[in-house]
Amino acid sequence: MSGLRVQRVSKSFGALDVLRELELDVEPGEFAAVIGPSGSGKSTLFNLVSGLDRPDSGQVLVEEEPAGVASGKVAYMPQKDLLFPWRTVLDNTALGLEAQGVRKKTARARAGALFADFGLDGFQRAYPSELSGGMRQRAALLRTVVLERPVLLLDEPFGALDSLTRTEMQLWLAGMWQHHRWTVVLVTHDIREAVLLADTVHVLSARPATVVERVPVPLPHGERDVTAPEFTAVERRVLGALRGTTAVPAP
Amino acid sequence: MRPLLRSLWPPVLVLAVLVGGWQLYVTTAGVDPTTLPSPARVLEQGWANRADLWSQTLPTLQETLLGFALSFAAAWLVATLLDFSAAARRGLYPLLVASQTVPIVAVAPLLIIWFGFGLLPKMLVVTLTTFFPLAANLAAGFAATDREAMRLLRSLGAGRWRAFRLVRVPGAMPYFFAGLRVSITYAVVGAVFAEYAGAESGLGIYMQAQKSAFRTDLVFAAVTVTAALSVALFAATYLVERLVLPWQRKERRS
Repeated sequence: MSGLRVQRVSKSFGALDVLRELELDVEPGEFAAVIGPSGSGKSTLFNLVSGLDRPDSGQVLVEEEPAGVASGKVAYMPQKDLLFPWRTVLDNTALGLEAQGVRKKTARARAGALFADFGLDGFQRAYPSELSGGMRQRAALLRTVVLERPVLLLDEPFGALDSLTRTEMQLWLAGMWQHHRWTVVLVTHDIREAVLLADTVHVLSARPATVVERVPVPLPHGERDVTAPEFTAVERRVLGALRGTTAVPAP
Repeated sequence: MRPLLRSLWPPVLVLAVLVGGWQLYVTTAGVDPTTLPSPARVLEQGWANRADLWSQTLPTLQETLLGFALSFAAAWLVATLLDFSAAARRGLYPLLVASQTVPIVAVAPLLIIWFGFGLLPKMLVVTLTTFFPLAANLAAGFAATDREAMRLLRSLGAGRWRAFRLVRVPGAMPYFFAGLRVSITYAVVGAVFAEYAGAESGLGIYMQAQKSAFRTDLVFAAVTVTAALSVALFAATYLVERLVLPWQRKERRS
């Protein structure tokens, strides 16, 4: 069984070529990070993988089926947490299931079962405004994970957090992933985040985007030390690949 | 309770000063009560005629509530239609705006001609005066839904109806209540006005009769009742909002 295959995908909007022959393979249980310069078409890639949009050419396969909203194979966590202020935390985390058509009671029970695991126990009846930034992101991730779809798509999930909380959340996600081994595609701007979490870092070029380099992270999960020379070596490789994509020369 | 008291005492104080000044002026200048009765006289005569006033208040209240219910239903229907159909938005919305320029003064007597002196024309006037702020605010609330939120719902496979129900409707509630408060203040006045144009009972026709009988004090008493009704309905919207949107208070607090 394959995870996600993006095969020679091109997409343009009018005269703007956003993606050109982009290739991306993610095995089941693999954590892939996608990193690229701003405006390199990461969100376009996301829309294609989540099935919100169709490629002009090439194809996106999730478990060997073309990606589509109806196939229900990809769970998408947007950049903004998008917790709705009128719903309690429990009801927010159940929203994805409800949107799929699961009955409210069942949806609540399924989401509620994950609260302890996500460090949200005791906040079921709270409203999102009562949560900290990190907790809000955890609730948003819970809403995504509870769908039990084969591929998780995380769009800069920690981009809006302060750096201390972000680090804490990255370590938390690393731990959670080790436990659950979801198939993840993480889009990020943060090199350290990519190297800390991923098995492979896919570096995108500037528009029209294609994958210019795949940097494997040969470090064991759970023991990655951001200050270790092996870690910084990988970071340097990613940075080097990124530099090649922009006009800014290496110093 | 304390913030309520804190927001209540300034208007009460201003009102007391105004009423006190009015009382002082009328008694010291010796104004004829058919021209301008003193507040004390209005109160006293209003109280003496309370049975009468009450029996006239009931039909007005009934017209107001029924007319408003009609307006409420129409506003939801139209706002939903506007949200779902771009064609309806283009074709209907400008007409709705234009309809606001039609003077009710001219329409109310026509409604009496068409529908008689009964309940229906009054309900319609109330509906006409309150419909637009409700529908426009509701439609704006639907339209203000976060686009990202809609994408999320769509990626989860929610159809338009389900997304409407799960996100657009609850998200529009604060807008809806803003519109509700604007329109409810028009509702009682609309009913009174419709009665003025022709009715068998109600505060409007009562005011007219008392004016003709030079009972200015009772006109003022009826005006006071009208104002009290409006304020009560206005206050009720806050109560309903608190019940329907319990999350808003917590959000404000944090």
